[in-house]
Amino acid sequence: MISINAAVTDLKRLDLLADSDSPIHALDARAKVLVTLVFIVSVVSFDRYELARLLPFFVFPTVMIALAGLPPLYLVRKIAFISPFVLMVGLFNPVFDRAGLYQIGQMVISGGWVSLVSLFVRSTLTVGAAFILVGTTGFTAVCQALQRLGTPQLFAVQLLFLHRYIFVLADETCRSSRARELRSCGKKGLGVASFGSLAGHLLLRTWQRAERIHTAMLARGFVGLFHAHRQSRFGAAELCFLLGWSSLFIALRTFDITASLGALFTGLFS
Amino acid sequence: MSHHIVEVKNLQHVYPDGTIAIKDVSFRITHGESVAIIGANGAGKSTLLQHLNGCLEATSGEIRIGDTPLSKSTLPDIRRTVGMVFQYPDDQLFMPTVFEDVAFGPLNLGLSGTEVDRRVAESLERVGAGHLRDKPPYHLSGGEKKRVAIATVLAMSPDILVMDEPTSGLDPFARRQFISLLREFQHTKIFTSHDLDMVMDLCGRTIILHEGAIMADGPTGEIFLNEALLAACRLEKPFSMQGCPVCSRALTKKKP
Repeated sequence: MISINAAVTDLKRLDLLADSDSPIHALDARAKVLVTLVFIVSVVSFDRYELARLLPFFVFPTVMIALAGLPPLYLVRKIAFISPFVLMVGLFNPVFDRAGLYQIGQMVISGGWVSLVSLFVRSTLTVGAAFILVGTTGFTAVCQALQRLGTPQLFAVQLLFLHRYIFVLADETCRSSRARELRSCGKKGLGVASFGSLAGHLLLRTWQRAERIHTAMLARGFVGLFHAHRQSRFGAAELCFLLGWSSLFIALRTFDITASLGALFTGLFS
Repeated sequence: MSHHIVEVKNLQHVYPDGTIAIKDVSFRITHGESVAIIGANGAGKSTLLQHLNGCLEATSGEIRIGDTPLSKSTLPDIRRTVGMVFQYPDDQLFMPTVFEDVAFGPLNLGLSGTEVDRRVAESLERVGAGHLRDKPPYHLSGGEKKRVAIATVLAMSPDILVMDEPTSGLDPFARRQFISLLREFQHTKIFTSHDLDMVMDLCGRTIILHEGAIMADGPTGEIFLNEALLAACRLEKPFSMQGCPVCSRALTKKKP
């Protein structure tokens, strides 16, 4: 129960970060959505054993965090929260992929280990970029930007509601869970059986609530369309932001800048 | 022609499980009236209210708002005319910020940007919530949510205000403020409530529902004096009419 509460408070904090004032916050949401998209595509399109070429991509989150004044430790904690899921995905890589890829002295590093680390780096970069996008733009603005970029309205609206009702549902879950805890006197209660019934009740309550919300929407003239009210402008600043970052990502993806820099340094010292 | 009249004739509603929630209910509420619909839990108050702007469809009977009969084709117009404030503001506030929530109705009416801005600002000022416009609804207190929920409806310029339990969940001070706010509205007003003192304060007329049927319809003062009727409908006099609890206790103690 406490962990659900803490998670929701944490999520609210991410939402509130978007209200800050910085040059990055001031940019049109579409520019930030597109840059994040190019960033994610560039990062995930590398070969599974690629590691060195991913490292220069850390320049994007670093610069964004610095310019937008986001709290870096908070973001690191949020990224760390998803790392167990990444570990689950790549858990068997070192087991099945035992072919040696690198050799450092006597130690041979297998392809499986390299791909696992690469997976971690990739997830840190992409999830970090998504958090930075929401923290500098706000979830609502991201949804509206998606819609204005051509995402089907139904999808954008679903996303918007999902985000809005996470808070309401988490409240309901906390209340039900507290009631169960208080009556289980520090023991397991009725175990899994009581959780099944609790989840069922939560589902039914959610259903009823959804109906009430829909009624409230109909009462205010809803016919299935969300009308955007504020129209922000995609100006020169947005264009520079989009072109600047996108060309950097494409350059990093196309050319092996790490190897060139390495060759340059080894050339200098040899 | 007036949009401010609500006429209900022989309304009946049966839920899909066979429960008869409303039985042959008829009344007429005229321009500027402030009417309370009271009754015990499960008497059918909320079901009745939901018929007034077409949220529920009547099994039989007729509803007219002004000269317009309620039907599928007239629903959009009737929903603009009848502003409905729900019991739980969390159900009513679903947009990410207060501003967007209040703008939701006017935008659905097809109004332009500047007109929407004006209406949102006016409605929020009217309920004393202008400072909340950029906040997310889930960060508001219960009283603030209620105020914003009313603003969302006022922004659509309704002629009739329908409110389900408007003072439930409010602290005494917020309740008092809220009653003063509701008194200022010149609309035709229909409330359901268990707060009978609020009903005394605001409503000149009261309709008592009991098991889906109308048991009484008349001036509030007269209805609250009829103790037998109130008891039969699982109701009591408002606290303000029950005499001072301290004095009455003292009198009881003095008696041998």
